[in-house]
Amino acid sequence: MNVSIIGIGQTEVKELWDTSIRHLAWYAIEAALDDAHTTDIDAIYVGNMLAGALSKQNHLGALVADFAGLRGIEAVTVEAADASGGAALRQAVLAVKSGLVKTALAVGVEKMTDATGAPVTAAVASALDADYEAAHGLTMAGAAALLMRRYMHEYGLDVADFAGFSVNAHANGADNPLAMFRNRLKAERFTGGPLVADPVTLFDAAPMGDGAAAVIVTSHERAMDMVPVPVQIAGSAIATDTLALHDRKDVVWLRAAEQSAKRALEKAGVSPDGVDLFELHDSFTIMAALSLEAAGFAERGRGWELAKNGAIGRNGRIPISTFGGLKARGNPLGATGVYQVVEAARQLRGEAGDCQVDGAKVALTQNLGGMGGTAVTHVLKVE
Amino acid sequence: MEVSRNWRLQEQRYKLVGETCDSCGVKLFPPRDVCLECEAPAYELFTFTGLGEVFSYTTIYDAPAGFENTAPYTVALVKLAEGPLVTAQLTDIDQEDVHIGMPVEMVTRKLRADGPEGMIVYGYKFRPSVETAVA
Ligand SMILES: [Zn+2]
Repeated sequence: MNVSIIGIGQTEVKELWDTSIRHLAWYAIEAALDDAHTTDIDAIYVGNMLAGALSKQNHLGALVADFAGLRGIEAVTVEAADASGGAALRQAVLAVKSGLVKTALAVGVEKMTDATGAPVTAAVASALDADYEAAHGLTMAGAAALLMRRYMHEYGLDVADFAGFSVNAHANGADNPLAMFRNRLKAERFTGGPLVADPVTLFDAAPMGDGAAAVIVTSHERAMDMVPVPVQIAGSAIATDTLALHDRKDVVWLRAAEQSAKRALEKAGVSPDGVDLFELHDSFTIMAALSLEAAGFAERGRGWELAKNGAIGRNGRIPISTFGGLKARGNPLGATGVYQVVEAARQLRGEAGDCQVDGAKVALTQNLGGMGGTAVTHVLKVE
Repeated sequence: MEVSRNWRLQEQRYKLVGETCDSCGVKLFPPRDVCLECEAPAYELFTFTGLGEVFSYTTIYDAPAGFENTAPYTVALVKLAEGPLVTAQLTDIDQEDVHIGMPVEMVTRKLRADGPEGMIVYGYKFRPSVETAVA
């Protein structure tokens, strides 16, 4: 059975002090239901990473289903650190493919601002190995910094070589009214950013914000009767790698990202050359470079070059972060993977406004958990 | 509970006790019971020498709860002489002097203290090797 998207919804990403986690999820769900012109949902998969730690709220499946007026249906939370959203969509796809669930909704939601400062940094670090990484003071940004420093060492690069990723993300975010940051970033300012974890700076790390996004999926046959442009989920795959960088034989390679991309592309019968845009997990510029390599858009050690030669721009060979990516749209951790798919669907429907990639028919999305311990890849296409 | 959690890790934290795989001979740290290389059971304990070199490093400015008072501090991936990488803080060195390939050795230091009344957690950190310091 082929699965297609019939509804999408998202909130803006920012510090939404007046909005609770249940309201965030509801706003995204409400928008997706409106978009699909249906309230006939059989199951909800909630992607979330930190509600238990930051909002003292677990059990989001029941909470969200109840608050959305969908009491009674199947609803559970899916957790895979900042890949939770992509993983939740994967469960929705599997549910529909199984034939046991007719219409499924994946909602990614993250409420970052119920806490602030060092406790948030510690909660985010729970994506790492608690006993052998976080216990030594390592943070998510610190882990990315270890990866970036080693990559720079192996390939003889400077921090400035990564500037193009953030410049591109901010240029695209400037055209997205829902983005957290709409300011442009000048390449020459990139290296002067405030340090988070040397060499990672604030201009390199994606900002975390509140946000929620939702996607409704059903069989392609039903979708064709329900909406004018069903976006097919032609490929979907999750792969895993060691949680900790120190357990990887090949530290500067995202093995799970490679495996999940290969499986999803193969399932879709698409090669990297056939992809019109790529919503990748640019939580840090090094992750963008490594994702491009893992997904087959660049040779090993050369992903950074795509940010230097304009290939990742809206009119380039492989546009990425077309609505600003994690870097400028903002990174609501467990919701990010659903945002990527909502944005890719808008591109393929031709509803991306100022962010539109002309003539886009095939999109790839890749959502990473932590340093790529989980990688979720989806291939979307329209006829 | 945090007390039992730290107690449980004392052999690793104080002595770098890992494991060795009977099947392929690879040395494992942290211990993981199923070999990382060949997936065979690996329960044989192995104590590492604590010698190694810096594989990568970062100085952390945005610190998590429990480490705010020690920031900025430097965390490294250290390649142990016996093979595996370990994540640990560097100590007894200015961050500007750290470089990839620098020989280091394990020492026991305070990892964190939970406030003036709270528990103090000790464990491994790495410092420049004494031989290097002399040379
Ligand atoms: Zn073995």
